[in-house]
Amino acid sequence: MKSISILYRTRRATLHLLLIAGALLMLYPLLWMIASSFKPDADIFKHLGLIPHHATIANYVDGWTGLGTSFTRFFVNSAVLCALAVVGNLCSCTLAAFAFARLRFPLRRLFFACMLLTIMLPFQVTIVPQYILFRKLGWVGTILPIVAPKFLAVDAFFVFLLVQFIRTIPRELDDASKIDGCGPYRLFYFVVLPLTLPALATTAIFTFLWTWNDFFSQLLYLGSSARSYTVPVALQAFVDATSQSSWGQLLAMSVLSLVPIFGFFLAFQRLLLDGISTTGLKG
Amino acid sequence: MTRLSLADTRILKVQAGAGTRLTPKAKEAIAGYVFILPWLLGFLGLTLGPMLASLWLSFTKYNLLSPPQWIGIKNYLNLFSDSRFFHAVRITLIYVGVSVPLKLGFALLLAVLLNRGLRGLTIYRALFYVPSLLGSSVAIAILWRQMFGDSGLVNAALKAIGWHSPPSWLTDPSVSIYTLIALAVWEFGSPMIIFLAGLRQIPHDLYEAAQIDGAGRITQFIRVTIPLLTPLILFNLVLQMIGAFQAFTPAYIISGGTGGPVDGTLFYTLYLYQQAFGYLQMGYGAAMAWLLFLVVALFTGGIFLTSRFWVFYLEQSS
Repeated sequence: MKSISILYRTRRATLHLLLIAGALLMLYPLLWMIASSFKPDADIFKHLGLIPHHATIANYVDGWTGLGTSFTRFFVNSAVLCALAVVGNLCSCTLAAFAFARLRFPLRRLFFACMLLTIMLPFQVTIVPQYILFRKLGWVGTILPIVAPKFLAVDAFFVFLLVQFIRTIPRELDDASKIDGCGPYRLFYFVVLPLTLPALATTAIFTFLWTWNDFFSQLLYLGSSARSYTVPVALQAFVDATSQSSWGQLLAMSVLSLVPIFGFFLAFQRLLLDGISTTGLKG
Repeated sequence: MTRLSLADTRILKVQAGAGTRLTPKAKEAIAGYVFILPWLLGFLGLTLGPMLASLWLSFTKYNLLSPPQWIGIKNYLNLFSDSRFFHAVRITLIYVGVSVPLKLGFALLLAVLLNRGLRGLTIYRALFYVPSLLGSSVAIAILWRQMFGDSGLVNAALKAIGWHSPPSWLTDPSVSIYTLIALAVWEFGSPMIIFLAGLRQIPHDLYEAAQIDGAGRITQFIRVTIPLLTPLILFNLVLQMIGAFQAFTPAYIISGGTGGPVDGTLFYTLYLYQQAFGYLQMGYGAAMAWLLFLVVALFTGGIFLTSRFWVFYLEQSS
């Protein structure tokens, strides 16, 4: 009996060791990036360890204004863009999801099928005409081509997520509110909306993360003036501008660009990971 | 006469009331359209409309400056004599074909290892998820570019373990694609979390029954775990494949937008971007986009078609 428990314990311990080693190996590049951002350029390639020999915050100070326009501007731009995207998705996706989940209207099934298909659609199929459209509207060089679609529920994935969630809310509540004289609008606002808060939180978090990280549409639409750059576009411009010469600054700004994502992750870890496991959101 | 007219007016009133006061059903239908209106506008104006416009544009020559000019299937014919196009297709297929199975393999392995009632599961889960969270960002692509440089972290590590002349990852076109594959596999955290959730759903009595029948751990894994996970394997496979076909950011950052070295990282999406928005060949880009769409649809459809032979649903068997 005792030997079995010892065997069991050593196996557990080996497994833990393996997992810790694996996690360390995976996270080493990130740790190294953070460490290097505090090293002088000359040391980055010389010392591959994590402890800086000559720790300095010069990379952060110089990098912050390294592009001429300061990163304050880029962070504000990114934050505004993300905030508007979150508001847009929350409004439009919730409205559509409520209609699909609770209301009967002509062509509902057809529309629902269309919505599901758009989740699978590669965005490249629509990108060329969308660009032409936004250019005709004079929106290229502004944030409108990125923000406006969010107010029209183009991220069908979140509509689907919210439909699935609203379907789990008991129908008895609808019937009770109907007896009390509620129409569809009050049913939505007073009954369904408050109960959908967890799914709304998931939607908000993922919209934020995806918009913060999204590079393609920001590269395409924001225009070439540095004042309109968001953080990812600014980082890309930084790569072009420094061309290998100031890796330290580049890594320092890269670290900073990840801080908001990481902060969100720490704050909402449970919600995020449960959101993925229940709905299959890709990270 | 008066009585009759009174009765008439009553009937009229009732009819008029029916006309102005809507039935609950009609009310609900109107509400449905009110709620769905933003989505419907977006669907028609930003998805369906552009899709059709993209199809039409793919038969034209259009550079944004002069009006589109109908050229029939010439864009498609040109694609088939465009060696860079074929190269991009090949690079993308290698990327999808190698990164997706490896990523799912790691995801499954880690999920199984983590699903043994270990203490600290939530911490491990979070740690292994971090790369998925950050991986698609520009910052990580920059880090990757540094790590795989000639004197970067990877080659220093390879030299330390005795490989004296490791490859030049970023300048040798035959190996540069593997830096992008490594980046994709590194992000195995999100399918891992989906697998973990699936593993927890497997009824414990199935394992007990298998044990009574004399099945060892490995037999249990092959006969119980894998079959019951096939729905999630299908789900992850489709999701990751569609995502991999559309990858853009890492190739753009690592190659500085060129797809280099010597087109070694020229993803299909990157070539599309160059054609449409670099050379302003909007028609050519649209044709490429439609081909991509058809290929992704074919692959997805094909996977779903084969799924009836290998995906197993617990309800069916009982």
